[in-house]
Amino acid sequence: MEKKVRVLLAKPGLDGHDRGVKVIAAALRDAGMEVIYTGLRQTPQMIVDAAIQEDVDAIGVSILSGAHMTLFPAILEELKAKDATDIILFGGGIIPDDDKTELEKMGVAKIFTPGAPTEEAIKFLREAAGSRSPKE
Amino acid sequence: MVSLDKFYNGNVRALSQLISAIEYQQNGVHKTLGEIFPKAAGSLKIGITGPPGAGKSTLVNSLAHQFIDSGNKVGILAVDPTSPFTGGALLGDRVRMNEFPIDGRVYFRSMATRGSSGGLSAATDNATLALGAFGYDIILIETVGVGQVELDIIDSCDAVIVVLVPESGDSVQTMKAGLMEIGDVFVVNKCDRPGSDRMAADLRYAIDSWKRFDEGWIAPVVCTEAINGKNLDELFEKVQTFVKYSKDSGRFVSQRRQQISKKIMSLLQNRFRQEFLDQIDTGGKIESYIDEIVGGKSNPFDVGEKLYQQFRP
Amino acid sequence: MFAGKFLEKIKEKFSSWDKNAEKYRSKKSLPRFFTISGEDINELYTPLDIKGSSADDYFEKQINFPGEYPYTRGIHPTMYRTKMWTFRQFAGMASPEETNERFKYILAQGGTGLSTAFDLPTLMGYDSDQPQSLGEVGKCGVAVDTLADMEIIFEGIDLGKVSVSMTINSPASIILAMYLAVAEKKGVPLDKLRGTLQNDILKEYIAQKEFIYPPKPSIKLITDMMAYCLKNVPQWNTISISGYHIREAGSTAAQELAFTLADGFCYIEAAIEAGLDVDEFAPRLSFFFNAHSDFFEEIAKYRAARRIYARHMKERYKAKNQRSWLLRFHTQTAGCSLTAQQPENNIVRTAIQALSAVMGGTQSLHTNAMDETLALPSERAALIALRTQQVIAHETGVANTVDPLGGSYFVEALTDKMEKEAEEYFAEIEKRGGVLTCIEEGFFQTEIARAAYQFQKEIESKERVIVGVNDYTLENEKIDIPVLKIDKECERKQIAALQKIKAERNNGQVQVLLDKLKQVATDGGNTFEAILECSREYATLGEMCDVLRSVWGEHVENPAAMQVS
Ligand SMILES: Nc1nc2c(ncn2[C@@H]2O[C@H](COP(=O)(O)OP(=O)(O)O)[C@@H](O)[C@H]2O)c(=O)[nH]1
Ligand SMILES: [Mg+2]
Repeated sequence: MEKKVRVLLAKPGLDGHDRGVKVIAAALRDAGMEVIYTGLRQTPQMIVDAAIQEDVDAIGVSILSGAHMTLFPAILEELKAKDATDIILFGGGIIPDDDKTELEKMGVAKIFTPGAPTEEAIKFLREAAGSRSPKE
Repeated sequence: MVSLDKFYNGNVRALSQLISAIEYQQNGVHKTLGEIFPKAAGSLKIGITGPPGAGKSTLVNSLAHQFIDSGNKVGILAVDPTSPFTGGALLGDRVRMNEFPIDGRVYFRSMATRGSSGGLSAATDNATLALGAFGYDIILIETVGVGQVELDIIDSCDAVIVVLVPESGDSVQTMKAGLMEIGDVFVVNKCDRPGSDRMAADLRYAIDSWKRFDEGWIAPVVCTEAINGKNLDELFEKVQTFVKYSKDSGRFVSQRRQQISKKIMSLLQNRFRQEFLDQIDTGGKIESYIDEIVGGKSNPFDVGEKLYQQFRP
Repeated sequence: MFAGKFLEKIKEKFSSWDKNAEKYRSKKSLPRFFTISGEDINELYTPLDIKGSSADDYFEKQINFPGEYPYTRGIHPTMYRTKMWTFRQFAGMASPEETNERFKYILAQGGTGLSTAFDLPTLMGYDSDQPQSLGEVGKCGVAVDTLADMEIIFEGIDLGKVSVSMTINSPASIILAMYLAVAEKKGVPLDKLRGTLQNDILKEYIAQKEFIYPPKPSIKLITDMMAYCLKNVPQWNTISISGYHIREAGSTAAQELAFTLADGFCYIEAAIEAGLDVDEFAPRLSFFFNAHSDFFEEIAKYRAARRIYARHMKERYKAKNQRSWLLRFHTQTAGCSLTAQQPENNIVRTAIQALSAVMGGTQSLHTNAMDETLALPSERAALIALRTQQVIAHETGVANTVDPLGGSYFVEALTDKMEKEAEEYFAEIEKRGGVLTCIEEGFFQTEIARAAYQFQKEIESKERVIVGVNDYTLENEKIDIPVLKIDKECERKQIAALQKIKAERNNGQVQVLLDKLKQVATDGGNTFEAILECSREYATLGEMCDVLRSVWGEHVENPAAMQVS
C-alpha cells in the first residue's frame, strides 16, 4: 500500500484562534495526507501522547499567543521523554525570525511564518515524511 | 517488523506501530497477529454506528468514561472517510478526547477508511486484536457514519449500538431491515429536540414487529441527551444487560465462532485474490485479451474461464 | 425614484455605451473583478442595477432620510455634525494596580469611557493559580480572580460618573456581578451605573472559540443577567453582538453581516421567551463590526445592517419603541488584514478601513496599530492609529455630510445585494433548526472555514494580491514581530494575592453560596443573583465557573466543522 503521510495538528494555549490551523488542515488533506486534528487548548503532554497513539509522521502546532519559546521546547522534551524524537515537529504562527532560528536549532524541524503558502508546508512534509520510515 | 517485546512490555509506541503495520499490511504482520490472537480473546468489542452528527463520538466518550470508572481499560477506534479523489482524510473525532486522563487507561486511534466502504477500514478488525492483546479489555469502535447501514461492524463486534436522532424517521423507514439486523441496543439521542418521543415509539414498534432470529433479546430503545449527560447511565446499563444476556444464552460464543469463520474465509479470499491477480498482472496478457475482445474475436466470459484454468492453484 | 421612462432611456443609452466600451476591453485586463469576499463586481453601475427603483415608494422604503426608518443612511438625522464618532482605543494592562493607574490617568485627561481587557485565564474562567493559566496571567489584559481585584481596579473612581466597557463573554455574569458588588460597597446606586459588556457567547462558538459551557445554558446565563439588569441596572448595555471575530476567523462580509444579525435575533428571541419586553431590552443592545479592506463592500455592509435590523425589529419582533429599531455599532479595523511583512503598509490599510467605517455611519471606532497583529502595540504605533482617526475626522471632510455615498448606484446596488444574501442565510439557518442547532452541527464554522480556505487558495494562486506578501515583496526582508513577553512577576504577585484572599475570606460561607449556585443552576433558577451572592463573599471566578462546569459540562466544537469541502 502506498505510504500515507499522517500529520497531527494541534492548537496549544488558551486562545481560540483556529483559522490558520483549519486552513492548513484542509490543504494537507487535499494534498492526500491523513490529518488528525486534536482541537483547542492542548498541553504538550496531550499533544505528544496523541501523536504516539496516532503513529503520525509529524506534529504541527499553531501558536499565536507568544508562548512559542515555552511550548515548542516543552513538546520537544516530551518527545524525548517518550522516546519519540523521530516524529517531526513543525509549527506556524506569530513567530519572529530570531526565535525561529533558535527553535530550529533546538530541534523544531521547520517554522512557517505568517504569509507562507500552504504549498510550502505540503512540500516540506512530503519530503520530511518520505525520508522518515519507508513503509511497504 | 514491530517488536513484540516492547509491545508486551506495555510500550504504547509499539502498539501504535503495530496498528500502522496492520494498516499497511506489512510483511509478516499476519504472523504477528497470529501470535497475539489468543491474548485478545478476552476483550469485549462494542460498535457504535448511526448517521453523521447523531452523537456517536459524544456517546463513545461517555461510555469510555463509564468503563474506566468501573475499572476497565478502554481502547477506541474511530473511523472517518478517506476522500476518493485525493486520498486524504481529516480525522476529527479525537477532539472529544480532551477530558480523558492521560495515564494509559484510554487509547484512541483515528483510522481513515482508505477505500473500504462498509463503515470500517480494512484494518479495523485486526486493530482490535492489537488493542485486546495489549490489555484493553473494552474496545469501542465508531463507524464512519455516512447515513447507510454499515454492516462491517457486526463482523468485528460483540455488541452494536445504533444511534439515531429525532429527525431520523425517514431513514429508519428506508433502512429498517438493515438497522434491525445490526442493532442490539438502540439510542435516540438529542432528545432535547422535538419529535424524540415519536421517534422512540416508531422505533419500538419496528423492533417489535421485526421477526428476529434471536427471540430471547428484544433490543431496547434508550432516549439520551448526550451533551447534557442525560440517561447515559441507562444506556450503560442496557449495554451491560445485553452483554450478560449474550454470554448467558450462548449467543456471544456462537457470534464469535461465526466471526472467526468469516475471518478465515476473508483471509483466504484476499490471499487468493492477491496471488491470482498478481500473476495475471505479471503476465501482462490482459491487454492482448482486451484487444481480442474489442476486435470481436473473443468475449470476457471465455477469457475469464481460460485465465481461471491457466492460473488456478 | 426613477420613473419608468427615465429607465427606458438609460437602457437604450446603456447598450450603445456597452458597444463602444467593447473597443476598450482587452484580454490584458484581469480575468475576474471581485470583492475581498469573492463577490463579482460589474464594470459599471447605473440606475438599472437598482431593483424596484421605479416604484413610487422606493426611496421611502429602501433609503429614506437619516434618523428615519429603515435607517439605511444612519441612525441619527445629523450624524457626525452633531456628534463625532467615539475614538475608542482598547488596550490591555497587566495587573489590577496598573489598570487602576491607567484609568485614573484617562479620567484626569477628561476621558469618561473606560475599557477593560482581561487576560486569557479570566476569559476562559480559570483562576490565576490554576494549571491552565500558567504563563498567561496578566498577558493581554488584567487578571480578575475575586472581588478584591475589581476593588483595586476601580479604587478611587466614582462609578456613578464613568462608563465602563468590558470585553468578556463566557464569564461575563461573574465579572458584572463583581463590578456591581464593588458599586454596592462604595454605596453607588446600581441604577446609576453605565457600561457595556461584550457578553456575546454565540460568536464565541462560531468564531473566537473562547467558550466554556454548551450553548443552551450559556444563553440561560445571559437571559438571567438581562432580567436582573432590566430591573436593577437599567443603564447597562448587556450585550454587544459581535461580527468582528466572525470576520477575523475568515468569513466573507455577507457572512459577517448575516451571522451577526442572526445571533442578535437569537438573543432577542431568547429574551422574549424568558418573558422580557422587547422594547425594554432592545434599546440596550449594540453591535460590533469589522472594517476590512474592500471599501465599498464594507460601507454597503453597514448600511444593509441598519436596514435589516430595523425591519426585523419592527416587523418580526413587533417592537414599538423607535429606539428598539436602531442598530448602533462599534467598529474595529481588520486585524487579520495586517501583514507581518512591511508593517508600515498596515497604516495605509487601517486608514482606508477606518474611512469605510465612518462612511458607513459607525458610532465608535478602534483603529489598529500597525504592529498589532496579535501583540500589544508599541506606543508610537498606537499613537499613529489614533491620529489616523483624527485625520479622517478633521482633515478629509467626510464627516461634513451624512451618508456621503447614499445614492451611489454602486453602493445602493451593493447594499441591496448584502441584504438579499443575509436574508438567504437567515432562511437557511431557519431551515436547519435555528442558530443553536447550526452551532451544534458546525454550520457557521464550516461556512467560515470554507471562505478562509478559499481566500488562502486565491492568494496562493495569485488571483488575489496581498501587497508585500505574494507580490511587491522585499528581498531578504527580516520579519520582526513584537511578541508579548511573559511577565513572571505579575503572575507571582497575582497568585500570592489570590491565596491571601482565599485564606482570609469566610470559607464556610463561600462553600454554602457555591453549593447554592450549584442548586440554582441545576433547578433552572436565576443564576445571576446566586453569582452576585458568591461574588460578594469573594468566591473566585474559577470556583464559580467550576461549579457551573460541573452542572452543565464543557462545550467541545463539533469536529464536523473541520470538514471543509
Ligand atoms: N442538541 C443536542 N446535541 C447533541 C447531543 N449529543 C451530541 N450533540 C451534538 O451533536 C453534534 C455531533 O455530535 P458527534 O458526537 O460528533 O456526532 P457523530 O458525528 O455521530 O460522531 C455535536 O455538536 C454534539 O455536541 C444531544 O443530546 N443534544
Ligand atoms: Mg464522530
